[in-house]
Amino acid sequence: MTKAIEIRWHGRGGQGTVTAAKVLADACLSGGGYVQAFPEYGPERAGAPIRAFNRISDNVIRMYGPVLHPKVISIADATLMDAVNVTEGAPDDAIYVVNTSKDPKEVRAKLKAKDSQKVFAVDATKIALDSFGRPLPNSSMLGAICKATSVVDMDVLLENVKKSFGKKFAQKIIDGNLDATRRGYEEVKEG
Amino acid sequence: MGKIVAVTGNEACAEALRQINPDVCAAYPITPATDLMQRFSSFVNDGKVDTELVLVESEHSAMSACIGAAAAGGRVGTATSSQGLALMWEMLYIAAGTRLPIIMPLVNRALSAPLNIHGDHSDGMGARDTGWIQFYSENAQEAYDNTIQAFRIGEHLDIRLPVMVCMDGFIVSHSIERVEYIEDADVKNFVGKFEAVNPLLDLDNPKSYGPLILTDLYHEYKRAQHEVMTKVPKVVLDVAAEFEKMTGRSYGLFETYRLDDAEMAVVVMSSAAGTTKDIIDQYRDRGVKIGLLKPRMFRPFPYQEIAEALQHVKAIAVLDRADSFGGYGPLFSEITGAVMSMNSKPAMINKIFGLGGRDYLPEQAEHVIDELIEIAKTGKVETVKEYIGVRE
Repeated sequence: MTKAIEIRWHGRGGQGTVTAAKVLADACLSGGGYVQAFPEYGPERAGAPIRAFNRISDNVIRMYGPVLHPKVISIADATLMDAVNVTEGAPDDAIYVVNTSKDPKEVRAKLKAKDSQKVFAVDATKIALDSFGRPLPNSSMLGAICKATSVVDMDVLLENVKKSFGKKFAQKIIDGNLDATRRGYEEVKEG
Repeated sequence: MGKIVAVTGNEACAEALRQINPDVCAAYPITPATDLMQRFSSFVNDGKVDTELVLVESEHSAMSACIGAAAAGGRVGTATSSQGLALMWEMLYIAAGTRLPIIMPLVNRALSAPLNIHGDHSDGMGARDTGWIQFYSENAQEAYDNTIQAFRIGEHLDIRLPVMVCMDGFIVSHSIERVEYIEDADVKNFVGKFEAVNPLLDLDNPKSYGPLILTDLYHEYKRAQHEVMTKVPKVVLDVAAEFEKMTGRSYGLFETYRLDDAEMAVVVMSSAAGTTKDIIDQYRDRGVKIGLLKPRMFRPFPYQEIAEALQHVKAIAVLDRADSFGGYGPLFSEITGAVMSMNSKPAMINKIFGLGGRDYLPEQAEHVIDELIEIAKTGKVETVKEYIGVRE
Protein backbone atom coordinates (compact mmCIF):
# COMPACT_ATOMS: atom_id res chain seq x y z
CA MET A 1 0.00 0.00 0.00
CA THR A 2 1.13 3.50 -0.70
CA LYS A 3 2.08 5.64 2.26
CA ALA A 4 -0.83 7.85 3.08
CA ILE A 5 -2.00 9.97 5.95
CA GLU A 6 -5.53 8.97 6.81
CA ILE A 7 -7.84 11.20 8.79
CA ARG A 8 -11.18 10.49 10.45
CA TRP A 9 -13.44 13.38 11.34
CA HIS A 10 -16.11 13.12 14.02
CA GLY A 11 -18.70 15.85 14.02
CA ARG A 12 -22.39 16.51 14.19
CA GLY A 13 -24.60 17.14 11.17
CA GLY A 14 -24.64 20.86 10.35
CA GLN A 15 -21.29 21.73 11.94
CA GLY A 16 -19.39 21.89 8.67
CA THR A 17 -17.32 18.76 9.28
CA VAL A 18 -17.74 17.47 5.73
CA THR A 19 -16.84 20.90 4.37
CA ALA A 20 -13.69 20.84 6.50
CA ALA A 21 -12.68 17.48 4.98
CA LYS A 22 -13.28 18.95 1.52
CA VAL A 23 -11.24 22.08 2.21
CA LEU A 24 -8.38 19.98 3.55
CA ALA A 25 -8.48 17.82 0.40
CA ASP A 26 -8.38 20.92 -1.79
CA ALA A 27 -5.48 22.34 0.21
CA CYS A 28 -3.47 19.11 0.02
CA LEU A 29 -4.20 18.86 -3.70
CA SER A 30 -2.82 22.33 -4.33
CA GLY A 31 0.21 21.18 -2.35
CA GLY A 32 0.74 18.63 -5.14
CA GLY A 33 -0.59 15.46 -3.49
CA TYR A 34 -3.28 12.91 -4.17
CA VAL A 35 -6.39 13.24 -2.04
CA GLN A 36 -9.69 11.70 -1.07
CA ALA A 37 -12.47 13.25 0.99
CA PHE A 38 -15.74 11.52 1.70
CA PRO A 39 -18.39 11.39 4.37
CA GLU A 40 -20.12 8.31 5.65
CA TYR A 41 -23.60 8.54 4.19
CA GLY A 42 -26.55 7.79 6.37
CA PRO A 43 -29.74 9.54 7.28
CA GLU A 44 -28.62 13.18 7.25
CA ARG A 45 -30.00 15.01 10.25
CA ALA A 46 -28.74 18.14 11.93
CA GLY A 47 -27.06 17.23 15.20
CA ALA A 48 -26.62 13.52 14.47
CA PRO A 49 -23.10 12.12 14.85
CA ILE A 50 -21.38 11.91 11.47
CA ARG A 51 -18.00 10.72 10.27
CA ALA A 52 -15.96 11.90 7.34
CA PHE A 53 -12.62 10.75 6.03
CA ASN A 54 -9.53 12.00 4.24
CA ARG A 55 -6.73 10.13 2.57
CA ILE A 56 -3.71 12.18 1.57
CA SER A 57 -0.72 10.74 -0.22
CA ASP A 58 2.19 11.53 -2.51
CA ASN A 59 1.11 8.59 -4.66
CA VAL A 60 -2.09 7.55 -6.41
CA ILE A 61 -4.77 6.54 -3.90
CA ARG A 62 -6.57 3.36 -4.94
CA MET A 63 -8.12 2.32 -1.64
CA TYR A 64 -11.85 2.95 -1.31
CA GLY A 65 -13.98 2.48 1.76
CA PRO A 66 -13.76 3.88 5.25
CA VAL A 67 -10.48 4.70 6.93
CA LEU A 68 -10.01 1.94 9.51
CA HIS A 69 -6.78 3.05 11.19
CA PRO A 70 -6.72 6.86 11.11
CA LYS A 71 -3.41 8.51 11.92
CA VAL A 72 -5.33 11.70 12.69
CA ILE A 73 -8.66 11.81 14.53
CA SER A 74 -10.41 15.14 14.54
CA ILE A 75 -13.26 15.54 17.02
CA ALA A 76 -15.26 18.65 16.19
CA ASP A 77 -17.67 18.20 19.10
CA ALA A 78 -16.36 17.07 22.49
CA THR A 79 -19.69 15.51 23.50
CA LEU A 80 -19.05 12.85 20.86
CA MET A 81 -16.38 11.36 23.12
CA ASP A 82 -19.29 10.09 25.23
CA ALA A 83 -21.58 9.24 22.32
CA VAL A 84 -19.46 7.26 19.85
CA ASN A 85 -16.24 5.26 19.96
CA VAL A 86 -13.86 7.95 18.72
CA THR A 87 -10.75 5.88 19.47
CA GLU A 88 -11.78 2.93 17.27
CA GLY A 89 -8.87 1.67 15.16
CA ALA A 90 -6.49 4.39 16.37
CA PRO A 91 -2.87 3.31 15.84
CA ASP A 92 -0.20 3.75 18.54
CA ASP A 93 1.01 6.94 16.89
CA ALA A 94 -2.44 8.47 16.42
CA ILE A 95 -2.92 12.22 16.77
CA TYR A 96 -6.17 13.45 18.33
CA VAL A 97 -7.35 17.02 17.77
CA VAL A 98 -10.34 17.87 19.94
CA ASN A 99 -12.59 20.91 19.99
CA THR A 100 -12.94 21.63 23.70
CA SER A 101 -12.49 24.36 26.26
CA LYS A 102 -10.86 21.82 28.56
CA ASP A 103 -7.17 21.36 29.16
CA PRO A 104 -5.53 18.90 26.74
CA LYS A 105 -4.32 16.77 29.70
CA GLU A 106 -7.93 16.27 30.79
CA VAL A 107 -8.84 15.27 27.24
CA ARG A 108 -5.93 12.82 27.17
CA ALA A 109 -7.25 11.17 30.34
CA LYS A 110 -10.78 11.08 28.95
CA LEU A 111 -9.60 9.42 25.73
CA LYS A 112 -7.33 7.05 27.69
CA ALA A 113 -4.73 7.89 25.07
CA LYS A 114 -1.47 5.94 25.08
CA ASP A 115 1.82 7.76 25.79
CA SER A 116 2.78 7.25 22.15
CA GLN A 117 -0.39 9.01 20.97
CA LYS A 118 -0.60 12.78 20.79
CA VAL A 119 -3.56 14.77 22.06
CA PHE A 120 -4.28 18.35 21.04
CA ALA A 121 -7.05 20.59 22.31
CA VAL A 122 -8.42 23.79 20.85
CA ASP A 123 -11.47 25.83 21.80
CA ALA A 124 -12.62 25.91 18.19
CA THR A 125 -16.23 26.87 18.89
CA LYS A 126 -15.20 29.88 20.99
CA ILE A 127 -12.77 30.98 18.28
CA ALA A 128 -15.55 30.67 15.69
CA LEU A 129 -17.95 32.72 17.83
CA ASP A 130 -15.27 35.40 18.30
CA SER A 131 -14.32 35.45 14.63
CA PHE A 132 -17.62 35.34 12.78
CA GLY A 133 -20.33 34.97 15.39
CA ARG A 134 -21.49 31.43 14.63
CA PRO A 135 -20.63 28.20 16.47
CA LEU A 136 -19.16 26.45 13.41
CA PRO A 137 -15.79 25.02 14.44
CA ASN A 138 -14.52 23.72 11.09
CA SER A 139 -12.14 26.57 10.15
CA SER A 140 -10.48 26.70 13.56
CA MET A 141 -10.26 22.89 13.58
CA LEU A 142 -8.50 23.02 10.20
CA GLY A 143 -5.96 25.49 11.58
CA ALA A 144 -5.42 23.27 14.62
CA ILE A 145 -4.98 20.16 12.48
CA CYS A 146 -2.51 22.01 10.30
CA LYS A 147 -0.42 22.82 13.38
CA ALA A 148 -0.76 19.37 14.95
CA THR A 149 0.03 17.33 11.86
CA SER A 150 1.92 19.58 9.37
CA VAL A 151 -0.07 17.72 6.71
CA VAL A 152 -0.32 20.92 4.70
CA ASP A 153 1.36 24.30 4.51
CA MET A 154 -0.57 26.96 6.47
CA ASP A 155 -0.49 29.49 3.60
CA VAL A 156 -1.92 26.91 1.21
CA LEU A 157 -4.62 26.04 3.75
CA LEU A 158 -5.59 29.70 4.18
CA GLU A 159 -5.78 30.14 0.42
CA ASN A 160 -8.18 27.19 0.20
CA VAL A 161 -10.33 28.33 3.12
CA LYS A 162 -10.65 31.64 1.29
CA LYS A 163 -11.50 29.89 -1.98
CA SER A 164 -14.04 27.57 -0.36
CA PHE A 165 -15.91 30.27 1.56
CA GLY A 166 -15.47 32.77 -1.26
CA LYS A 167 -17.91 30.83 -3.41
CA LYS A 168 -20.86 31.32 -1.11
CA PHE A 169 -20.24 33.96 1.51
CA ALA A 170 -19.73 37.68 2.06
CA GLN A 171 -16.26 39.11 2.63
CA LYS A 172 -16.93 39.49 6.36
CA ILE A 173 -17.58 35.77 6.75
CA ILE A 174 -14.55 34.87 4.62
CA ASP A 175 -12.31 37.11 6.73
CA GLY A 176 -13.84 35.68 9.90
CA ASN A 177 -13.08 32.13 8.79
CA LEU A 178 -9.52 33.03 7.80
CA ASP A 179 -9.08 34.58 11.21
CA ALA A 180 -10.53 31.45 12.86
CA THR A 181 -8.16 29.23 10.89
CA ARG A 182 -5.17 31.30 11.99
CA ARG A 183 -6.29 31.32 15.61
CA GLY A 184 -6.90 27.56 15.57
CA TYR A 185 -3.32 27.17 14.40
CA GLU A 186 -1.95 29.50 17.06
CA GLU A 187 -4.08 28.47 20.02
CA VAL A 188 -4.08 24.67 19.78
CA LYS A 189 -2.30 23.09 22.76
CA GLU A 190 -0.72 19.69 23.18
CA GLY A 191 -1.12 17.80 26.42
CA MET B 1 -1.84 19.55 -19.52
CA GLY B 2 -5.28 20.23 -18.13
CA LYS B 3 -6.31 21.46 -14.73
CA ILE B 4 -5.90 19.22 -11.69
CA VAL B 5 -8.88 19.41 -9.35
CA ALA B 6 -10.36 17.70 -6.29
CA VAL B 7 -13.88 16.73 -7.34
CA THR B 8 -16.49 14.00 -6.97
CA GLY B 9 -17.21 11.44 -9.68
CA ASN B 10 -20.52 13.18 -10.38
CA GLU B 11 -18.82 16.54 -10.68
CA ALA B 12 -16.22 15.13 -13.08
CA CYS B 13 -18.89 13.60 -15.34
CA ALA B 14 -20.90 16.82 -15.32
CA GLU B 15 -17.73 18.64 -16.36
CA ALA B 16 -17.22 16.17 -19.23
CA LEU B 17 -20.78 16.84 -20.39
CA ARG B 18 -20.15 20.60 -20.19
CA GLN B 19 -17.03 20.25 -22.31
CA ILE B 20 -18.85 18.10 -24.87
CA ASN B 21 -21.84 20.43 -24.95
CA PRO B 22 -24.53 18.01 -26.23
CA ASP B 23 -27.46 19.34 -28.25
CA VAL B 24 -30.09 17.86 -25.96
CA CYS B 25 -30.05 16.38 -22.45
CA ALA B 26 -33.01 15.05 -20.52
CA ALA B 27 -32.96 14.86 -16.76
CA TYR B 28 -34.95 13.37 -13.94
CA PRO B 29 -33.39 13.25 -10.47
CA ILE B 30 -32.47 10.06 -8.67
CA THR B 31 -29.94 9.49 -5.90
CA PRO B 32 -26.97 9.21 -6.35
CA ALA B 33 -27.04 10.53 -9.93
CA THR B 34 -29.11 13.62 -9.07
CA ASP B 35 -26.07 15.72 -8.31
CA LEU B 36 -24.58 15.01 -11.75
CA MET B 37 -27.45 16.40 -13.80
CA GLN B 38 -28.06 19.12 -11.21
CA ARG B 39 -24.54 20.38 -11.82
CA PHE B 40 -25.07 20.10 -15.55
CA SER B 41 -28.34 22.00 -15.32
CA SER B 42 -26.39 24.83 -13.65
CA PHE B 43 -24.14 24.93 -16.71
CA VAL B 44 -27.25 25.21 -18.87
CA ASN B 45 -28.68 27.92 -16.64
CA ASP B 46 -25.41 29.87 -16.59
CA GLY B 47 -25.10 29.74 -20.37
CA LYS B 48 -21.94 27.59 -20.23
CA VAL B 49 -23.45 25.17 -22.76
CA ASP B 50 -25.95 25.49 -25.59
CA THR B 51 -27.72 22.29 -24.59
CA GLU B 52 -31.48 22.17 -24.59
CA LEU B 53 -32.26 20.63 -21.23
CA VAL B 54 -35.55 18.78 -21.07
CA LEU B 55 -36.81 18.40 -17.51
CA VAL B 56 -39.11 15.42 -17.67
CA GLU B 57 -41.54 13.74 -15.27
CA SER B 58 -39.87 10.32 -15.05
CA GLU B 59 -36.89 8.34 -16.29
CA HIS B 60 -39.09 6.60 -18.80
CA SER B 61 -39.74 10.04 -20.24
CA ALA B 62 -36.07 11.00 -19.91
CA MET B 63 -35.02 8.13 -22.14
CA SER B 64 -37.97 8.76 -24.46
CA ALA B 65 -36.91 12.40 -24.86
CA CYS B 66 -33.34 11.28 -25.55
CA ILE B 67 -34.57 8.82 -28.18
CA GLY B 68 -36.64 11.51 -29.88
CA ALA B 69 -33.81 14.02 -29.81
CA ALA B 70 -31.26 11.50 -31.08
CA ALA B 71 -33.54 10.38 -33.90
CA ALA B 72 -34.12 14.04 -34.77
CA GLY B 73 -30.36 14.28 -35.34
CA GLY B 74 -28.86 15.60 -32.10
CA ARG B 75 -25.96 14.69 -29.86
CA VAL B 76 -27.72 13.50 -26.72
CA GLY B 77 -27.00 12.54 -23.12
CA THR B 78 -28.61 11.92 -19.75
CA ALA B 79 -27.69 10.22 -16.47
CA THR B 80 -29.47 7.95 -14.01
CA SER B 81 -29.25 5.32 -11.28
CA SER B 82 -31.01 2.24 -9.97
CA GLN B 83 -34.82 2.55 -10.07
CA GLY B 84 -34.40 5.25 -12.69
CA LEU B 85 -32.64 2.83 -15.01
CA ALA B 86 -35.24 0.19 -14.17
CA LEU B 87 -38.01 2.57 -15.18
CA MET B 88 -36.18 3.26 -18.46
CA TRP B 89 -36.00 -0.44 -19.22
CA GLU B 90 -38.43 -0.54 -22.12
CA MET B 91 -36.85 2.54 -23.72
CA LEU B 92 -33.29 1.23 -23.31
CA TYR B 93 -34.03 -1.51 -25.83
CA ILE B 94 -35.60 1.01 -28.19
CA ALA B 95 -32.56 3.31 -28.00
CA ALA B 96 -30.23 0.44 -28.86
CA GLY B 97 -32.51 -1.24 -31.39
CA THR B 98 -32.96 2.08 -33.19
CA ARG B 99 -29.15 2.51 -33.16
CA LEU B 100 -29.18 5.87 -31.40
CA PRO B 101 -25.88 6.95 -29.83
CA ILE B 102 -27.20 8.26 -26.50
CA ILE B 103 -24.52 8.62 -23.82
CA MET B 104 -25.56 7.95 -20.24
CA PRO B 105 -23.47 7.98 -17.07
CA LEU B 106 -25.01 5.33 -14.80
CA VAL B 107 -24.23 5.89 -11.14
CA ASN B 108 -24.52 2.30 -9.96
CA ARG B 109 -26.93 1.77 -7.10
CA ALA B 110 -28.82 -1.15 -5.54
CA LEU B 111 -32.37 -1.98 -6.57
CA SER B 112 -35.45 -2.12 -4.33
CA ALA B 113 -36.82 -3.93 -2.33
CA PRO B 114 -35.71 -3.24 0.33
CA LEU B 115 -35.10 0.39 -0.52
CA ASN B 116 -31.38 1.22 -0.54
CA ILE B 117 -29.62 4.21 -2.06
CA HIS B 118 -26.06 2.86 -1.98
CA GLY B 119 -23.76 1.45 -4.58
CA ASP B 120 -23.84 -1.94 -6.24
CA HIS B 121 -24.03 -3.14 -9.83
CA SER B 122 -27.57 -4.61 -9.81
CA ASP B 123 -28.89 -1.80 -11.99
CA GLY B 124 -26.22 -2.01 -14.69
CA MET B 125 -26.23 -5.81 -14.76
CA GLY B 126 -29.98 -5.79 -15.25
CA ALA B 127 -29.41 -3.74 -18.41
CA ARG B 128 -26.80 -6.18 -19.71
CA ASP B 129 -28.96 -7.45 -22.57
CA THR B 130 -30.48 -4.15 -23.70
CA GLY B 131 -27.97 -3.69 -26.52
CA TRP B 132 -26.13 -0.82 -24.86
CA ILE B 133 -22.35 -0.67 -24.71
CA GLN B 134 -21.28 -0.68 -21.05
CA PHE B 135 -18.15 0.63 -19.39
CA TYR B 136 -17.35 0.36 -15.68
CA SER B 137 -15.06 2.95 -14.07
CA GLU B 138 -12.78 2.44 -11.08
CA ASN B 139 -12.60 6.07 -9.99
CA ALA B 140 -13.65 9.60 -10.87
CA GLN B 141 -10.83 9.99 -13.40
CA GLU B 142 -11.97 6.92 -15.28
CA ALA B 143 -15.61 8.00 -15.13
CA TYR B 144 -14.61 11.34 -16.67
CA ASP B 145 -12.31 9.79 -19.28
CA ASN B 146 -14.83 7.07 -20.17
CA THR B 147 -17.61 9.63 -20.61
CA ILE B 148 -15.55 11.57 -23.13
CA GLN B 149 -14.49 8.42 -24.99
CA ALA B 150 -18.08 7.11 -24.94
CA PHE B 151 -19.22 9.88 -27.26
CA ARG B 152 -16.59 8.92 -29.81
CA ILE B 153 -17.38 5.22 -29.52
CA GLY B 154 -21.18 5.42 -29.55
CA GLU B 155 -21.26 8.00 -32.35
CA HIS B 156 -18.72 6.17 -34.54
CA LEU B 157 -20.28 5.63 -37.95
CA ASP B 158 -19.60 1.88 -37.81
CA ILE B 159 -21.26 1.63 -34.40
CA ARG B 160 -24.10 4.10 -33.67
CA LEU B 161 -25.08 2.58 -30.33
CA PRO B 162 -25.96 4.00 -26.93
CA VAL B 163 -23.31 3.80 -24.20
CA MET B 164 -23.60 3.52 -20.42
CA VAL B 165 -20.66 4.78 -18.40
CA CYS B 166 -20.89 3.27 -14.92
CA MET B 167 -19.31 4.40 -11.67
CA ASP B 168 -19.97 3.21 -8.13
CA GLY B 169 -22.72 5.16 -6.37
CA PHE B 170 -21.44 7.24 -3.44
CA ILE B 171 -18.11 5.39 -3.32
CA VAL B 172 -17.03 7.26 -6.46
CA SER B 173 -19.97 9.53 -7.30
CA HIS B 174 -19.78 11.38 -3.97
CA SER B 175 -16.11 10.98 -2.98
CA ILE B 176 -13.81 13.87 -3.65
CA GLU B 177 -10.59 12.83 -5.31
CA ARG B 178 -7.88 14.08 -7.60
CA VAL B 179 -8.93 14.34 -11.24
CA GLU B 180 -7.02 15.73 -14.16
CA TYR B 181 -9.32 17.60 -16.51
CA ILE B 182 -8.54 17.94 -20.19
CA GLU B 183 -8.58 21.40 -21.77
CA ASP B 184 -11.99 22.38 -23.19
CA ALA B 185 -10.61 22.84 -26.69
CA ASP B 186 -8.93 19.42 -26.62
CA VAL B 187 -12.15 17.67 -25.54
CA LYS B 188 -14.09 19.53 -28.21
CA ASN B 189 -11.54 18.56 -30.80
CA PHE B 190 -11.43 14.95 -29.58
CA VAL B 191 -15.17 14.30 -29.72
CA GLY B 192 -15.45 16.25 -32.98
CA LYS B 193 -18.52 17.55 -34.68
CA PHE B 194 -21.63 15.38 -34.36
CA GLU B 195 -22.63 13.67 -37.55
CA ALA B 196 -26.33 12.99 -37.77
CA VAL B 197 -27.31 9.79 -39.56
CA ASN B 198 -30.79 9.74 -41.07
CA PRO B 199 -32.05 12.65 -38.98
CA LEU B 200 -35.79 13.06 -38.72
CA LEU B 201 -35.35 16.82 -38.98
CA ASP B 202 -33.98 16.49 -42.52
CA LEU B 203 -37.41 17.31 -43.86
CA ASP B 204 -36.38 17.07 -47.51
CA ASN B 205 -35.61 13.41 -46.99
CA PRO B 206 -38.41 12.03 -44.84
CA LYS B 207 -37.78 8.87 -42.85
CA SER B 208 -39.62 6.57 -40.58
CA TYR B 209 -38.33 5.30 -37.20
CA GLY B 210 -39.68 2.43 -35.14
CA PRO B 211 -41.22 0.24 -37.80
CA LEU B 212 -43.09 -3.00 -37.26
CA ILE B 213 -40.95 -5.95 -38.29
CA LEU B 214 -42.45 -9.36 -37.71
CA THR B 215 -41.30 -12.87 -38.48
CA ASP B 216 -40.00 -11.81 -41.87
CA LEU B 217 -36.92 -9.83 -40.74
CA TYR B 218 -36.89 -9.32 -36.94
CA HIS B 219 -34.50 -12.26 -36.51
CA GLU B 220 -32.08 -10.79 -39.06
CA TYR B 221 -32.39 -7.35 -37.44
CA LYS B 222 -31.31 -8.77 -34.09
CA ARG B 223 -28.44 -10.63 -35.69
CA ALA B 224 -27.32 -7.32 -37.20
CA GLN B 225 -27.35 -5.79 -33.70
CA HIS B 226 -25.04 -8.55 -32.51
CA GLU B 227 -22.81 -8.05 -35.55
CA VAL B 228 -22.34 -4.38 -34.84
CA MET B 229 -21.33 -5.25 -31.27
CA THR B 230 -18.49 -7.38 -32.67
CA LYS B 231 -17.07 -4.21 -34.26
CA VAL B 232 -17.08 -2.31 -30.97
CA PRO B 233 -13.79 -3.60 -29.44
CA LYS B 234 -11.67 -2.29 -32.32
CA VAL B 235 -13.31 1.13 -32.15
CA VAL B 236 -12.87 1.19 -28.37
CA LEU B 237 -9.15 0.45 -28.74
CA ASP B 238 -8.70 2.99 -31.56
CA VAL B 239 -10.41 5.69 -29.52
CA ALA B 240 -8.34 4.70 -26.46
CA ALA B 241 -5.11 5.00 -28.47
CA GLU B 242 -6.06 8.49 -29.58
CA PHE B 243 -7.09 9.37 -26.05
CA GLU B 244 -3.74 8.19 -24.72
CA LYS B 245 -1.95 10.39 -27.23
CA MET B 246 -3.87 13.36 -25.91
CA THR B 247 -3.73 12.63 -22.16
CA GLY B 248 -1.05 10.00 -21.54
CA ARG B 249 -3.71 7.87 -19.83
CA SER B 250 -4.06 4.42 -21.31
CA TYR B 251 -7.26 2.38 -21.56
CA GLY B 252 -8.04 -1.07 -22.94
CA LEU B 253 -10.99 -3.43 -22.99
CA PHE B 254 -9.85 -4.41 -19.51
CA GLU B 255 -6.95 -3.62 -17.23
CA THR B 256 -4.47 -6.13 -15.86
CA TYR B 257 -2.45 -5.57 -12.73
CA ARG B 258 0.60 -7.73 -11.88
CA LEU B 259 -1.05 -10.49 -13.88
CA ASP B 260 1.72 -11.42 -16.36
CA ASP B 261 3.54 -13.85 -14.06
CA ALA B 262 0.61 -14.50 -11.70
CA GLU B 263 -0.48 -18.00 -10.68
CA MET B 264 -3.78 -16.71 -9.30
CA ALA B 265 -6.07 -13.90 -10.33
CA VAL B 266 -8.84 -11.81 -8.85
CA VAL B 267 -11.35 -10.49 -11.39
CA VAL B 268 -13.31 -7.51 -10.12
CA MET B 269 -14.76 -4.29 -11.56
CA SER B 270 -14.98 -0.66 -10.52
CA SER B 271 -13.81 0.86 -7.23
CA ALA B 272 -13.24 -2.52 -5.55
CA ALA B 273 -10.46 -3.13 -8.09
CA GLY B 274 -8.52 -0.20 -6.62
CA THR B 275 -8.75 -1.55 -3.08
CA THR B 276 -7.80 -5.03 -4.34
CA LYS B 277 -4.65 -3.68 -6.06
CA ASP B 278 -3.38 -2.37 -2.73
CA ILE B 279 -3.90 -5.79 -1.14
CA ILE B 280 -2.27 -7.55 -4.10
CA ASP B 281 0.83 -5.40 -3.53
CA GLN B 282 0.98 -6.64 0.07
CA TYR B 283 0.81 -10.29 -1.04
CA ARG B 284 3.34 -9.67 -3.81
CA ASP B 285 5.73 -8.27 -1.17
CA ARG B 286 5.44 -11.66 0.52
CA GLY B 287 6.18 -13.47 -2.75
CA VAL B 288 2.60 -14.57 -3.53
CA LYS B 289 2.06 -14.60 -7.29
CA ILE B 290 -1.32 -12.95 -7.45
CA GLY B 291 -2.64 -10.54 -10.08
CA LEU B 292 -5.83 -8.75 -11.04
CA LEU B 293 -8.01 -8.33 -14.09
CA LYS B 294 -10.48 -5.49 -14.13
CA PRO B 295 -13.00 -5.54 -16.99
CA ARG B 296 -13.67 -2.04 -18.29
CA MET B 297 -15.97 -2.95 -21.15
CA PHE B 298 -18.72 -5.31 -19.99
CA ARG B 299 -20.81 -5.11 -23.17
CA PRO B 300 -19.68 -6.28 -25.60
CA PHE B 301 -17.71 -8.68 -23.40
CA PRO B 302 -14.18 -9.42 -24.65
CA TYR B 303 -14.20 -13.20 -24.01
CA GLN B 304 -11.25 -14.11 -26.22
CA GLU B 305 -8.96 -11.32 -25.04
CA ILE B 306 -9.73 -12.05 -21.38
CA ALA B 307 -9.15 -15.77 -21.91
CA GLU B 308 -5.70 -14.97 -23.31
CA ALA B 309 -4.89 -12.73 -20.37
CA LEU B 310 -5.95 -15.36 -17.83
CA GLN B 311 -4.81 -18.55 -19.57
CA HIS B 312 -1.70 -19.05 -17.41
CA VAL B 313 -3.36 -18.83 -13.98
CA LYS B 314 -4.33 -21.86 -11.88
CA ALA B 315 -7.12 -20.29 -9.85
CA ILE B 316 -9.47 -17.37 -10.37
CA ALA B 317 -11.76 -15.58 -7.93
CA VAL B 318 -14.47 -13.51 -9.59
CA LEU B 319 -15.98 -10.84 -7.36
CA ASP B 320 -19.48 -9.69 -8.25
CA ARG B 321 -21.11 -6.57 -6.82
CA ALA B 322 -24.46 -7.89 -8.07
CA ASP B 323 -26.22 -11.20 -7.85
CA SER B 324 -28.40 -13.44 -9.92
CA PHE B 325 -30.51 -15.16 -7.30
CA GLY B 326 -30.40 -18.86 -7.92
CA GLY B 327 -27.53 -18.38 -10.35
CA TYR B 328 -23.91 -17.30 -10.36
CA GLY B 329 -22.93 -13.64 -10.27
CA PRO B 330 -23.13 -11.98 -13.70
CA LEU B 331 -19.38 -11.29 -14.01
CA PHE B 332 -18.59 -14.86 -12.96
CA SER B 333 -20.83 -16.18 -15.72
CA GLU B 334 -18.93 -14.09 -18.28
CA ILE B 335 -15.53 -15.21 -17.02
CA THR B 336 -16.58 -18.86 -17.14
CA GLY B 337 -17.67 -18.12 -20.71
CA ALA B 338 -14.18 -16.81 -21.44
CA VAL B 339 -12.47 -19.74 -19.70
CA MET B 340 -14.41 -22.19 -21.87
CA SER B 341 -11.98 -21.60 -24.73
CA MET B 342 -8.88 -22.34 -22.64
CA ASN B 343 -7.03 -25.62 -23.03
CA SER B 344 -6.34 -26.12 -19.36
CA LYS B 345 -9.07 -24.69 -17.22
CA PRO B 346 -8.35 -22.89 -13.96
CA ALA B 347 -10.28 -23.55 -10.75
CA MET B 348 -12.85 -20.82 -10.19
CA ILE B 349 -14.76 -19.31 -7.30
CA ASN B 350 -17.41 -16.60 -7.22
CA LYS B 351 -17.77 -14.12 -4.36
CA ILE B 352 -20.74 -11.81 -4.05
CA PHE B 353 -19.70 -8.65 -2.20
CA GLY B 354 -20.72 -5.12 -1.38
CA LEU B 355 -24.45 -5.28 -2.09
CA GLY B 356 -26.35 -2.13 -1.17
CA GLY B 357 -23.11 -0.32 -0.42
CA ARG B 358 -21.72 -2.81 2.13
CA ASP B 359 -18.08 -1.76 2.47
CA TYR B 360 -15.54 -3.85 0.59
CA LEU B 361 -12.77 -3.93 3.18
CA PRO B 362 -9.13 -5.02 2.79
CA GLU B 363 -9.77 -8.07 4.99
CA GLN B 364 -12.33 -9.35 2.50
CA ALA B 365 -9.77 -9.19 -0.31
CA GLU B 366 -7.28 -10.95 2.00
CA HIS B 367 -9.71 -13.80 2.71
CA VAL B 368 -10.34 -14.24 -1.00
CA ILE B 369 -6.64 -14.35 -1.82
CA ASP B 370 -5.93 -16.75 1.07
CA GLU B 371 -8.60 -19.06 -0.29
CA LEU B 372 -7.14 -18.79 -3.80
CA ILE B 373 -3.69 -19.76 -2.48
CA GLU B 374 -5.23 -22.90 -0.98
CA ILE B 375 -7.16 -23.71 -4.15
CA ALA B 376 -4.09 -23.21 -6.35
CA LYS B 377 -2.23 -25.66 -4.09
CA THR B 378 -4.88 -28.37 -3.93
CA GLY B 379 -6.93 -27.72 -7.05
CA LYS B 380 -10.04 -28.28 -4.91
CA VAL B 381 -12.98 -25.88 -4.78
CA GLU B 382 -15.26 -26.35 -1.77
CA THR B 383 -18.02 -23.87 -2.60
CA VAL B 384 -18.27 -22.11 -5.94
CA LYS B 385 -20.50 -19.21 -4.95
CA GLU B 386 -20.39 -17.48 -1.60
CA TYR B 387 -21.34 -14.14 -0.06
CA ILE B 388 -18.44 -12.30 1.60
CA GLY B 389 -18.52 -9.47 4.13
CA VAL B 390 -21.70 -10.91 5.63
CA ARG B 391 -22.67 -9.94 9.19
CA GLU B 392 -23.24 -13.09 11.20
